[in-house]
Amino acid sequence: MSNFKRRDVLKAGAATAAVGPMIWVKDASAQWSNQPEKGAKLRVLRWSQFVQGDIDQYLANVKKFQDKYDVEVRVDRELWNDVTPKAAVAANTGAGPDIILSTNDDANLYPEKLVDVTDLCTYLGKKYGGFYPVCDPYLRPDGKKWIGVPLGVAGVCMVYRISHIKAAGFDTFPRDTDGFMKLCKALKDKGTPPGFALGHATGDANTWVQPLMWGFGGKVVDTSNKVVLDSPETLRALEFVKELYPTFVPGTLSWLDPNNNKAFLDGQISLTNNGISIYYAAKTSKDPKIAEMAADINHANMPIGPIGKPSEFQLFFNQMIFKYTKYPKAAKEFLRFMMEEEQMNPWVQAAIGYVTPALTAYEKHPIWTSDPKHTPYRDSMRNMWPSGYSGKMGYASAGTLADFVVVDMFAEAASGQRSPKEALERGQKRAERYYKV
Amino acid sequence: MSNRTGLARALDNRNVLGLLFLLPAAVLLLLFLTYPLGLGTYLGFTDAKIGRPGEWVGLENYEFLFGDSVARLSLFNTLFYTVVASVLKFVLGLWLALLLNKHLPFKAMLRAIVLLPYIVPTALSAIAFWWIFDSQFSIISWTLMKLGLIDRYIDFLGDPWNARLSTIAANVWRGVPFVAICLLAGLQTISPSFYEAASLDGASPWQQFRYVTLPLLTPIIAVVMTFSVLFTFTDFQLIYVLTRGGPLNATHLMATLSFQRAISGGALGEGAALATAMVPFLLAAILFSYFGLQRRAWQQGGRD
Repeated sequence: MSNFKRRDVLKAGAATAAVGPMIWVKDASAQWSNQPEKGAKLRVLRWSQFVQGDIDQYLANVKKFQDKYDVEVRVDRELWNDVTPKAAVAANTGAGPDIILSTNDDANLYPEKLVDVTDLCTYLGKKYGGFYPVCDPYLRPDGKKWIGVPLGVAGVCMVYRISHIKAAGFDTFPRDTDGFMKLCKALKDKGTPPGFALGHATGDANTWVQPLMWGFGGKVVDTSNKVVLDSPETLRALEFVKELYPTFVPGTLSWLDPNNNKAFLDGQISLTNNGISIYYAAKTSKDPKIAEMAADINHANMPIGPIGKPSEFQLFFNQMIFKYTKYPKAAKEFLRFMMEEEQMNPWVQAAIGYVTPALTAYEKHPIWTSDPKHTPYRDSMRNMWPSGYSGKMGYASAGTLADFVVVDMFAEAASGQRSPKEALERGQKRAERYYKV
Repeated sequence: MSNRTGLARALDNRNVLGLLFLLPAAVLLLLFLTYPLGLGTYLGFTDAKIGRPGEWVGLENYEFLFGDSVARLSLFNTLFYTVVASVLKFVLGLWLALLLNKHLPFKAMLRAIVLLPYIVPTALSAIAFWWIFDSQFSIISWTLMKLGLIDRYIDFLGDPWNARLSTIAANVWRGVPFVAICLLAGLQTISPSFYEAASLDGASPWQQFRYVTLPLLTPIIAVVMTFSVLFTFTDFQLIYVLTRGGPLNATHLMATLSFQRAISGGALGEGAALATAMVPFLLAAILFSYFGLQRRAWQQGGRD
């Protein structure tokens, strides 16, 4: 990676793209010219890191920016669930950080409060192979105007113990939901059960139940935001999870986001869905027993349902500039600087694959191949479907997600609190309340 | 000159001066209490979303919430949580206060220790309970397993009723010290001569408690339990850390659901309506303690 670090950075405010050898061919028409305001100061609020390398490199990049542009940047951090309300308050009151790095469909709640960054996104897209199409519903809702700069996703994959799935009779991880069911049953029989969160775990619960629902052809709304959850397809997904649930380790109904990490690293479960953090935690653990486990951990993309193509759901990261900022140009320059490969490459490297960038060029980043166990996370953006598929994002989709309508529906059906049919009808009713407006 | 004398004369007026001295407190109250409360109530009648001012929609939010099974469940959860936790806190707190009022060795230290749960920040103690109730790492389950009393870990937070009782246990643990210490303070205001007189009359310990302690303690009990009920009814942090309202919304209190709807979900108006819906219950609790428990006749051992 040293060649990236050594590479010269752009000259201040230069109207040209970076020079020097690229790891990909870029569009020569990518043009950028911008001059930060004199004496600009920026406040950035972002989600606090999941892996230490992320924040260390991020702050190093920030320092580079400060030194180069003489713009003071203060970076505040909050747990990612807490950034959403803070960003909302900032939007509501018209005061707060100039730039907020937040999650999921936040930008769609207050698009008119955000600085138009179409020029920046066009430039970045041209230079780095374009943003993945899934970024559009999140940050270019009308297909033309960008209201934020996509950063990437915290990819979620299947995390499993190699020796345990071997013992269960599987040499490779199954690609489809049928094989996945067989694997879970075999793992349970071998006494090495899987475990998937069914509590109010915003990340870990949604990222496995939504892909299953979509994989069976179910969805909350159609393209005109009409609730179509109550369908034979969703019902099949619910019946699938009902059959799957008895294979889980006990207690998953109570699981919040951290539970599966703890249970996996303790050896109590052999399979779960998670970001790369479990593997990373094992690899860097000071406990020799856990460090040894790292060699036995591998990842696979989420199983494909009967629809025959990937339908993953990931935690999406956006970067928003608020209109109340006094320094919109400096803010844009900051985001551009951070997204340029000179900064992005070492950052992606330091985040050890936790963040899958939103620009397709980064598929070629060495992080994805330097360790073959990283590779599935490379495709997290490509395989991903947008929140509130297949409708438009906004208050209804955010509300449905925040109120755990889909998660609760699956949890009810799985635990036998309600029959799949009843859970489905209730889910439909709850979703309709949000999409009514 | 005449202006100055006018001002000086006004300042000499007791009423004017009184109002003037009242002003800072009144401004603080208006600014930090009345205004947010009024704004919250107003928002409850609008369809305000985060980042978008709302329009007046009248009672629509309340109609919506009334028809919402999750909101109704949260009302039930809140009442159940408040009633059970408050009763337990009262009984345990009173018991603890009576014990601490006796002449024990290391009395001062014991009293300090009793206060500990109350001193620890809620979020921290909630995290401790989160580990205690963990489905995989629970110390309680582990101990019982090692003792051979159970053959699988207890699903403290994964089963709706277990989760309700577990969160109540955590709330009681945290709330008992407040009740105990306040009641202890109350007990110490009761003059020993009452007990002397009672024992001379041949009153049993139970009779002493029933006819001396309890009536004299009632004013304190009324105040302490009012606060205790208010705190419990509006509890947020404990639930937010332990379950986020799960499993299956079984532990969602009105406060947590209100936050989830208003802030995470962006439906500011609906969340405000849900929060406002808590006010009548809180007022009822205050009025009950005011008119019910503060009656002098009852406090003096008589009947109405």
